[in-house]
Order: sequence, then C-alpha cells, then structure tokens
Amino acid sequence: MPEPTDVKVLEVSGLRRSFGAVRAVDDVSFAVPEGGSLGIVGESGSGKTTAARIIVGLERADAGEIRVRGRSRTPRVRGRAQRLARAREVQMVFQDPYLSLDPRTSVGAVLRETLRLHFPHIDHGRRVRELLDQVGLGSRAAEALPRRLSGGQRQRVAIARALAVEPAVLVLDEAVAALDVSVQAQILNLLADIRERTPIGYLFITHDLGVVRCVTDDVIVMRRGRVVEAGATADVLGGPRHPYTRLLMDSVPRPGWDPERIAAARRAL
Amino acid sequence: MNTTMNAPATQAGTLDIRGLRLTLPGTARPVLDGVDLTVAPGETVSLVGESGSGKTLTSRSALCLLPPGAVTEGTVRVNGDDVLTADADRLRALRTGTVAMVFQDPRAALNPLRRIGDFLTEGVRATRTAARARATARATELLGAVGLDDTVLRKYPGQVSGGMLQRVMIAAALMGEPALLLADEPTTALDVTTQAEVVALLARLRERFATALLFVTHDLDLAAAISDRVYVMYAGRIAEHGPAKQLFEHPRHPYTAALLASTPRLERTGGRLSAIEGRPPGLSTALTGCAFAARCPLATEVCDERPPELRPVPGHPEHRAACHHSELLEGSADA
Repeated sequence: MPEPTDVKVLEVSGLRRSFGAVRAVDDVSFAVPEGGSLGIVGESGSGKTTAARIIVGLERADAGEIRVRGRSRTPRVRGRAQRLARAREVQMVFQDPYLSLDPRTSVGAVLRETLRLHFPHIDHGRRVRELLDQVGLGSRAAEALPRRLSGGQRQRVAIARALAVEPAVLVLDEAVAALDVSVQAQILNLLADIRERTPIGYLFITHDLGVVRCVTDDVIVMRRGRVVEAGATADVLGGPRHPYTRLLMDSVPRPGWDPERIAAARRAL
Repeated sequence: MNTTMNAPATQAGTLDIRGLRLTLPGTARPVLDGVDLTVAPGETVSLVGESGSGKTLTSRSALCLLPPGAVTEGTVRVNGDDVLTADADRLRALRTGTVAMVFQDPRAALNPLRRIGDFLTEGVRATRTAARARATARATELLGAVGLDDTVLRKYPGQVSGGMLQRVMIAAALMGEPALLLADEPTTALDVTTQAEVVALLARLRERFATALLFVTHDLDLAAAISDRVYVMYAGRIAEHGPAKQLFEHPRHPYTAALLASTPRLERTGGRLSAIEGRPPGLSTALTGCAFAARCPLATEVCDERPPELRPVPGHPEHRAACHHSELLEGSADA
C-alpha cells in the first residue's frame, strides 16, 4: 500500500459515454483523496448520474479509466471472488430510501445478507450491531421491516448496508434529496462523522449547492456532459468563474432573489 | 358564467380557513388540528412544513379533496362560500373554475396518450359549453402567457421537458380563470434554474390576473423569497405565521428557528449542521401539549401539559407564534 497521505481512493480520467447522438459524459476527469469528499453538481441531463453509475459499475464507459486505490476497474474480472472484490470497492446510496430496500426483509436480514455474501466467515451478529451503531440506529432496529421506519432511518440502513463491505468509495446519488430538512441535517452530520473515523472517500452527486457547501472539499460542475468548472468547494462557490456556475448559484432562493433575472440569464446562456 | 371571479368578497380573504380540524379513522390525533389560514386576493402565501405536517391536506381542503373517511370541523370558505358543506354542483363549479391546482409532478398529472391541447381545453369544454375554437384560442393565449407557443398544443407530454410541462400545467390551471391557485410543491421536481423560471412566471401571472396564490413547499428559503406571508405547520397545527421577512429574520417558534438552522446554505462554512433530533409525532399518539415539545430545546413542563395558542409577537401584531416560551427567542429579534 502507498502511504495514506496522498492516496487517491478514486481517480477518473477521460471518462466518456454516449447514448446515440447524446454525449452524456464527455471527457470527465477527477480524483478523490483518501478521506476526501468530492461533489458533482449539475442539473438534469448534465451527466452527473451517468458518471456515477459508470463508476459504480451499473453502466459501461465508451472510453476512459477509473482507478480505485490505484487499481484499474477497466479489465474484465473473472470468477466470483474477483467480482465480489470489485463490488466491495465502490458502494452506492440511492436517492429514494423507499425504493432501495426490500419491503419484506428486516433491517438485520438486509445487513446479514450482504455480510454473508462478502465475508462468509465472520460473526455477523456482532458486525450488524456495530453497523447499526455506526449509523445511529439501536440494535432493536434490526428486527424492523422497512415500512416501520421513517425516511431518515431507511437512509441510515442504506448507508449501513453500503458500509458493511468496507468500501473505498461511497457514491451518494442525491442521497439526502428526498429527506425533510431536519432529517437531512441528521444524515449529513452522520456522513461527516463517518468520514472523520474512516479513510472512506465520498462522491456526492447532488443538485443542491447548500449540501455541496456542507459536505464536500472539492467540487466539479457539470453541464451537458462536460466539466465546466472544478476546484476546491470554497473557491468555486466563493468565486465562481464559469457563467453556468454563477447561474446555478443565483438560482438558489434567498432574500432579494430575482427569479425574473435568473430566467433571463438562463435563456441567454 | 364565472361570477365568483369578480364577486365582492364577503370575507376578507379569497381563501379563509377557520378552525379546520380533520380526523381520520384509526388515528389517535387529528391530522389537522385547528388550522386558521387566509389568502387575500392577489396575495402569495406560503405554507411550509415537513412531510406529514398536514400542509398538503390543508391546501386540498380548499377543493374539498379530502381522504376517504375524513371527518371535518371548522369552515373552509372560498370567496365566502363554505366548501366543506357545498353540494356536488357547487363543488364542480369550484373545482373547474374558482380554484385551480398545480401539482408537484407534471408527468403524473397528465395523460401521456393525449395531446397537450386536449388536456388544456377538456375542462372548459366539459363544463362551460365553450366551443372548441374558443377554448383553443384561450389555451393559445395562456400558453403565450407562460412563454410557450401554440405548437405545444399538438404535442404529447412525452415530447416536452419537465419545465415546459409544468408551464403547461400552470396554463391549464388558469383556463378556468381561478380566483385561487393552489400550488403544491410545483417546483420540487424541477432543476433550480427551471424553478426560478416557474416562480417568475407565477409571480407575473399573479400580477396580471390578481390571482390569490397558496404555495405549499418544504423549502423555507424559497418561501421566504417569494411570499408575502408564510405559515409554518408542524404535526397538523400552525406553529407560526407572519410576514415572510419578519418571520425568517426573527422566528418566534423554536421549530421555525431549528428548521432555518438545519438548512444547508451556500454562505455556511464547514462544521456540523444543527439537526433537530428525533422526528415528528406519529398519528398513533395523542398530543396533550405542544406537538414540538419532545424535540424542543426550550421545552418545560407546561409544554407537555397544554398546547400553546397562537399569540401575536409584541410589537408585530401580524406575526403570531404558538409557543409558551416564544419570548426566549427574542435574542434573535430586532436589535
């Protein structure tokens, strides 16, 4: 293992993906350091979700390379052990906690299923308790079915399931967008706590610039498949250089907000 | 035909909800518990709250669109007429003319197999005996008002973007010349830049048609930016209401203050958000005192014993908060 200081848990270079004539992802490159957090912002159709899906392995890239902890994800894997090992590298938390959990499977069973698949020889009972504790759910939650849980609690379960395999990278695709603000704050704080305690890297896909400001170190802004601006979150949001970044920031409602002017700026861009 | 539009209002508001209490079978507490809310002609009022707070039910009560088995007390008046006791004919007139609604997800509210033109004109054609040509002319005019041209009439919902479709929904809502427009999270499914466009459009239309607008949202910053007045709901009760600026700059209910503090913002740098621990009370527990007491940093015994009433904030009669310890939030008040 290289030394932990400059380890990149995730490196993406020259990623491309087209659907017919549409270039969904067009030459996208970025890196997430160990314990780092990178945000991808953009509107619908910007390609941010496609990029995330390629990184997780739900979609194939036309070109480009993805490296996790220095290992390329491009070569085909052979056999079950290798496939599981690759699945462990990157885990994903989806937007809708109501759709990402099987309604008939209890919380404990969800976690045990994942653990049994990846680590058949460890004591699952203890690990399940650890995981629930890590995401702020009591051991009693293990018995509960998803419908007994609130949206925030379900998202905690989804995070616990992702953490169960000790991934290098956690991809969060609008993971707090469906939650109420008071619950969203709980989950954002939880994610910050987890990042402090583990070397995990976050890839945060979101359209919410306030969320980006809160939980990321670096950010890239995507528009029509391309990265239009990239840099440290504080710099990009503190002094946006690209007109599209500026438009996104102006679009966030606040006192003195002028939607008429934003609408005009949007048409001009 | 559409007499309600210009009829002199017997009440102050286009929408006037008084003491609305709504109980559903099998629940321990009312889903709406004594809601008072008014929207004046030409006024934009936001109703803010989290999931399950009752904000959607409150807005739908203006159309008497209530869940099955609902038992109501109180009155919901639109232009002075009580909606809850209206007969089928009056309700139909209300729903097709006086009050219109824009829903969150335009794709879910339109039939994908029918052209947008049919969708726009079917309401007036069904109820007004307006000829097809006149209905189409009006649809074209309204599409112009929302920034679309009449080529959209021939298109199917799948052929236009979400932002365009939401504008179609707004045009459709205006077909019956409503006195009151209910917008239930109309921009939640849209991108931020599209949201700005839709909000700008609603503001323009409100000025042009003097429509009263009730905007239901969970987004406090959006509510602050667009409304004249704001109501904050929690667990079926109004926690606080007042002029938007006053309410957001000087919240007098701990729930409003906590919501504002837990919203991630562009200006905020690093550090943890101040999350509200716990979650809102479910429908299976009766509330003896303040609904927010269990999560409230200011809660004392009295909060568990009796529900606080909405009281005016000293010096600001328009601003009311339902909190026993409202004065403790004075630190955030006018310096």
